[in-house]
Parts: sequence; structure tokens; C-alpha cells
Amino acid sequence: MTTAYFDHNSTTALKTEVLEAMLPFMVKQHGNATSRHVYGRTARAAVEHAREQVANAVGAYANQIVFTASGTEANNFAVRGICNNLAPAQILTSAIEHPCVSRPALTMQAHGWQASSIQVNGDCNIDMAHLQKLLQTPTHLISAMLVNNETGAIQDIAAAAAIARQHKAYVHTDAVQALGKIPVDFFALGVHAMTVSSHKIGGPLGAGALVLDKRIDIQPLLYGGGQEKGLRSGTENVSAIVGFGAACELAVKNLSAFDAHTANLRHHLEVGLAKLKAVVFGYNGLRVANTSFFAFNNIEGETLVTALDKAGFAVASGSACSSDSTEPSHVLLAMGVPEYLARGAVRVSFGLSNTIEEVEHFLLTLKQELTRLSNLTAIAA
Amino acid sequence: MAYSDKVLDHYENPRNVGSLDKNDPTVGTGMVGAPACGDVMKLMIKVNENGIIEDAKFKTYGCGSAIASSSLVTEWLKGRTIEEAYAIKNTAIAEELALPPVKIHCSVLAEDAIKAAVADIKAKQSAKATI
Amino acid sequence: MERPPIYLDYSATTPVDIRVAEKMIPYLTEHYGNPASRSHPYGWTAEKAVENAREEVAKLVNADPREIVWTSGATESNNLAIKGAANFYASTKGKHIITIATEHKAVIDPVRELERQGFTATYLEPEPDGLVDLVKFKAAIQPDTVLASVMLVNNEIGVIQDIEAIGDICREAGVIFHVDAAQATGKVKIDLASLAVDLMSFSAHKTYGPKGVGALYVCRKPRIRIEAQMHGGGHERGMRSGTLATHQIVGMGEAFRIAREEMASENERIRMLRDRLLAGLQDIEETYVNGDLAHRIPHNLNISFNYVEGESLIMAIKGIAVSSGSACTSASLEPSYVLRALGRSDELAHSSIRFSIGRFTTEADVDYTIRLLKDKIEKLRELSPLWEMFKDGIDISKVQWAAH
Repeated sequence: MTTAYFDHNSTTALKTEVLEAMLPFMVKQHGNATSRHVYGRTARAAVEHAREQVANAVGAYANQIVFTASGTEANNFAVRGICNNLAPAQILTSAIEHPCVSRPALTMQAHGWQASSIQVNGDCNIDMAHLQKLLQTPTHLISAMLVNNETGAIQDIAAAAAIARQHKAYVHTDAVQALGKIPVDFFALGVHAMTVSSHKIGGPLGAGALVLDKRIDIQPLLYGGGQEKGLRSGTENVSAIVGFGAACELAVKNLSAFDAHTANLRHHLEVGLAKLKAVVFGYNGLRVANTSFFAFNNIEGETLVTALDKAGFAVASGSACSSDSTEPSHVLLAMGVPEYLARGAVRVSFGLSNTIEEVEHFLLTLKQELTRLSNLTAIAA
Repeated sequence: MAYSDKVLDHYENPRNVGSLDKNDPTVGTGMVGAPACGDVMKLMIKVNENGIIEDAKFKTYGCGSAIASSSLVTEWLKGRTIEEAYAIKNTAIAEELALPPVKIHCSVLAEDAIKAAVADIKAKQSAKATI
Repeated sequence: MERPPIYLDYSATTPVDIRVAEKMIPYLTEHYGNPASRSHPYGWTAEKAVENAREEVAKLVNADPREIVWTSGATESNNLAIKGAANFYASTKGKHIITIATEHKAVIDPVRELERQGFTATYLEPEPDGLVDLVKFKAAIQPDTVLASVMLVNNEIGVIQDIEAIGDICREAGVIFHVDAAQATGKVKIDLASLAVDLMSFSAHKTYGPKGVGALYVCRKPRIRIEAQMHGGGHERGMRSGTLATHQIVGMGEAFRIAREEMASENERIRMLRDRLLAGLQDIEETYVNGDLAHRIPHNLNISFNYVEGESLIMAIKGIAVSSGSACTSASLEPSYVLRALGRSDELAHSSIRFSIGRFTTEADVDYTIRLLKDKIEKLRELSPLWEMFKDGIDISKVQWAAH
């Protein structure tokens, strides 16, 4: 059975061009980028080329890119690294952050910090008035994501950063879900630090980066050989970094095609979903084109996702990282979605490889499954 | 580290390697640096009665840039007066060899070696004059 | 075009074994799921591969798979072990840490960071042969010692520490014992079921696996707790969050499987090559082997060539790729802190070369290396005023050098 992969926000297939760029560094060019012989220098040159590619994709300078092993690491590095070099004050994270931002923020409470949460409205957008109110308390760092992984809601980070700067607070944004879906410009956003990740944009797992305003005094998470100008020790993962660089270049090149293609697919999907009386979360707000997060009254999400999987559709019932838990999505709860509806949530996230036929087939399957499941529910009742 | 072509040339084909007779009254010796610092340069010059350097030889324990710096100055010294030799500045050596900032000390050492060798020959000459 | 230099820097990084690469590639192309995705087969396939690899890593060191935590490499493993255990046990055991002066920077620097946070540390000097004296180690333990970290195999000189005895000392004193085994896997037998080791760091790229992946062994009996350093989705039972890089983990598993199966025969072959190299280089006058030869992995030979300066030596032997000191610190001009800790003079430390032999080294490579070294050392000594003085019978150490 062929499976339609509708879970691109969780991880994406590696692009062929990216694999081709990586292969020489997976076997043949095996230098340690710190070594001074030709093997090492070849590895170093490849890492620095990738640094340029990442910088170009996000409107930053190459010397502002600190490579990490993942987006999670970059987020931990940003939140804990910036706080650890400052006197305790308030740290703000939005209510819809990924746990790899909100949990590091919570750990700062043990060091005398006050961690508070910025509310969002029903469309999954940061409540700027609430942000203003929270900033009455002295605040040193604000972390808010550029695009939400579950709903696809785009945040006005530039506006939030402008407000934050008035209050002399640093701003970090997790742009992992934004890169490749909307234009991302570090300088235009006016933030001090920004996280990007390779595997969300057709690059390999194992590489991420923190884009960093180097005037910020940040404490490393990892100490050792002094790589990345002392900010991130550990032998560079050359092949993954090379893949990340290549993926960044492609992501920017394909941005408008990605947007047009997935917008078309989603339009098709959501017209069909409306007929099936689905609730689409964040529908009225600004969203990235590829994501649709929806639920049906009286249908349990986990059951539906399992049924869809059996029918050959890979979708998510929440963010992949928290799929372990049976808790309803914290993003939906923050938006004020009632718990019974949040429990039914299904996320579809498209990529360039998906087709209209897959979407039509999906809608057909969905209709059948909904009929079957509501019959079951009716019997049970 | 990338070395300039001139450094590589002097390193691969050092000029005037060797020693002169240190007991010869017309030979001045300059030995500078220390093993613990990673560089020792020994420069020997043979000076004729007109104060012109007829021959120059070196031996250097040190990095490629130190070897190149000392090799280069032996070429420069031949045919010059000891006063002209004394006036050679490290910046000229560094510029000629396109030394990177971390290797500037090699050119400083070469300048020091010239000064030491000139001082030695002058000491020998004045000792001879007193006798 | 010149032919590429002969690679004798396996301790810096190893090439990925082709069998490892072949295992990895399907997880880059067709099985690209996120192993944390529980709702579809892409995720399940990835998760299964990750768990298979975990078993392979556990098998090589005779541990339980549940004791293996994935990381991005040995640096992260060391940071997680040292900071994680020290912070977790500080309030109950105390705030003193023991480590060895010749540890890798990825151990030394986290300990230094803990010192900034109010811990105290003892950096024990090894004996001139590079080995830790057990009596001195025992004496360094204080009532408030929380953690000791000793590497199994040194990255520069290849000496093997007696972690069995050190572990027993630590266990008896109630000190958490961490071992950096990044340079040891596939080279020495490790039996964690019988060793009194609480935490052990591993790296894939030193054992023919990919860069960017490592693991930390966290002992279950007795149960060792660590404070997470990376927070998020709660992966790896909360000890280390972050999406797992499936292809890299698969690569590490395969690399460790090969290591387990081929270690015995491979080490035999490598020992012959190393002994051949040693015999050849010892023909050269005034050479000094750094570190004990008996308690040493067969892959490593670290030799100082007296009266020759290290950097010019490296320049002269471009036909081979070697390291003058640890790859991670060779960007600096400082002589190796490891060799200095052994009591080597700065000159001898400067003129040291680390030859590290591996899976793809041939006898011809070794013979070429011997010829190259003989030829170039002779040429450089011809240039060296120190060699001339030595030949004239002058004791260099007695010469008054001008301060510079």
C-alpha cells in the first residue's frame, strides 16, 4: 500500500540535491574540520560554505551562524545561554511554544527567574496587549516562535521585537517552522537570536543553527574543543552541516513554488473539510500555506489518526515530539479551544511531493472513516 | 595554515644553509630565540675590510616562516654594508614573505639575528683594534 | 594533481566504513520518519531502527540497551555526564570533582565551568608514562567528592587507564565515576556489567561511524541520576530532548556491530603495523616515545623528534596526514598540554607527532611513512642549530637562552 505523507512539519524527506551534496562527506572526505591537514581543511571549507548558505537564507552574516546538532539544542542554547549570563528577571515565552523553548525557560526558575507565558488569541496569534502588560515587570528575554508547528499561524515577531526593545529585553524566535515556508530575514525581524533546523526543510536530521547577534553575551551549553568560536564545542557534523547548507539554498529557491503548490492543496483540503463540518484551527489568522489543523465534533483524534494511517495517510495528532502523551494540544488549549474538541485534532502538513489526487483520496477516506466512526459512537451510546 | 608561495619556496629550498668558522675574526655570529619558544636562529656573516658582507649562512630551528625569514635575510645581507644590514626592519621581511599576523614574530627574530651578528662582528673588530 | 596524503590521523576522526554508509543511506532517503512520530509507519520504522542501534551499542560494551542515551557526540555526552551528575548529586554528596590533567578538553572545560559555579576540582597529574597512580588517586578523594572523570584511552598518547581499579576505589568511596571512552570503542574490550563505572561517553566518528552522534551510558544498577542539559519533548526518558537523527544513530549501531565482530582480528593487524612503524622510526637518533608502550592501544604512536621544530616537521611531511597534538587544539600554537603534563619539555612537546593507525592503513603506508620521516628529519636537522650543538657535545639545557 502506498502511503501519502502529510506530516511534513514533523520531518521532511531529504532532497536529492541535498543527498548528493552530502555523500562525498559521508564517506570519502572524512576529515575532522579542526585538523590542519588537507582532509581537515576540506572539511573546514565545506562547513564554512554551508555557513554562508544558511546565512544567505535567513538574511544574516555568516559569522552570526552557530551550528548545533538540532533545533532543540539551538533553542536550549538561546534560552538558557542568554539567561545564564544575565541577572535574574522575568523571561517570557508565548503560550504556544514548543516544549524545547518553554521547558528551558521553566528551568530558569530554579536560578531565580520568573517564567511567564504570553497569551494568544483564538487565531493562535500573540496577544500584543498582554505582552505589553507583562513587560511592566522587568524582563530580560522574550522567546516567541515565528510560525507555530501545529496550526501554522504566523506571528508578528517584528512587532513583538519592537515592543521588547523599548523595554530593553532580548528577543529570541524559533523559526524552525518558518524557514522555507515564508521569507525569513533576521535583520528585518529585529530579533537578537533565531533558531533554524535542517530536517524541516529537506535537509538531514542532525543539524540546526542559532543565528545570533554577536553583541549578546551567551553562555555555551557544551564545553570542550572550542569549536564554533567557543560557543558550541564538539566535532562538526560535516555531512549534516553540508546538507543543511544545500537545503537552505533550495528552500529559498523553492519558496514561492512551495507556497503556491501547498496553498492549492490546502485550499482543496479545506473546501472538503468544510463540507464534512470540520473545525479548522486558526483559519481566520495568517497561516503558512502548507498546514491545516482540524477536528470534528465527537470524533476522537487518536482513533481517527489510527484509521487514517491504516488507510495509508501519515498525519499527526499533535506535534510529533509530544505525540507520546495523551494530553490535548497545549496550543489549542491556549487558543481557548474546548478540551473535547482539542482531543480530536488532526494535523495535515503538505510538502512539494504531495498531489491533488492524494488530497482527494484523503477526503474520500476521511468521509468513510467519519461515517464508520460516528456509527460506532452511536452504537456505543 | 596557508603559507605564501615565497615562504614555501624558501622552506623547500632554503638558501645559504650552514655555518662559517666562528673563530674567524671576520665572522660575526648571532644566535637568538630559545628552544622553549619554538624558535632558535643562528646567523653568521663574513665581513671584509670594507665593512661589506661577503657571505652569510644560517641554521634555524623553528616553523616554516622562521626558516623562510632567515633564509631570506641571508640573501639580502650578501653585498650590503654592516650599517645597511643593521637597518633592515622586520616589517620588510614580513612584507616580502607575506607573513600572517601570527607569524610576525619570525620576522622580528630574523631582525634580531642580524643585529646580534652585527654586534658580534663589531665587538670582534673593536677587540682587534684595542690589541 | 598530487595524490592525497596517507591518512594516519584515525584518532581525530575515522572514515565512515562503507558498510556503515550503506546502512545509513536508506534512512536518509526512503525511511525519513521522525522516530518520535507515533501515528504512522514512517515514525515506527525510524523508531525500530533507533532501538536496534541502541542494542548494538549496548552489546559492544556489555550494557543494557536501556542504559544507553543518544547524544550528538562525545562532547555532549561528557558535558551531560559531568554537569548532569555533579548538579544532581551536589546537595547530597558534595561539590568536589576529580579529573586528570591529561583529559580531553570536553572533560576539562565542563569541570572548569562547574568551578565557576562554585564546585572545586582536583586535576590530578599522571605519572611520566601517562598513567594514573592509584595511590595518588585515592588520596585525592575528599569527603565531599561527588564525581571523578577519567578517560579510558588518551586521545594523544593512547595509554589505557586502569578504570577497573579506579572504579572500585570510587565505588567504595561513594564517588560517581564517569569514563570518557570516545577513543576506546573497538580498541579495548569494555565490560560494563563487571566494571564499577556509572557513566561512560561514546562517540561514533572515532569508530568508523558518522560524525554528529554519540551516546552516554547511564548505569541502572546502581541507578545513577543526571540532570538533563537539553530540555524539550522529553526524548530519551527525559535525559536528553531533541529529535533523534535516525540515519546517524543507525550508522553508530552498525559501526559498533562491526567493531564488536572484528575488533580482535583488526587489533592484531594494527598492532603489527604499529610495531613496524615504531621499529622504523626508532632507527632515527634522538626520538622519544610519549606515554607508556605496554598499557596502550595498538593504534597509537606518539613520538617526539628532538632538535626538530614541530610545525616545520608537519610542513615537511605533507605526504602523510597526522596530528601534532589533539586535533581539537591543534589550531593553537601552544605545545600539547597532555605532553607537558607528562613532564616533557616544551621542545619535545613541540616536536611530537601523533601517528594513529586504523582499519584502512596498509604496510606500504607504514613503509612510506618511515622513509618520509627519515628523509625529512635528516633535512631539518641539517638546518637545526640545536642539532649542530648537540653533535658538538653541547648540553642545550645548560645554555643560557636570551629571554624572548
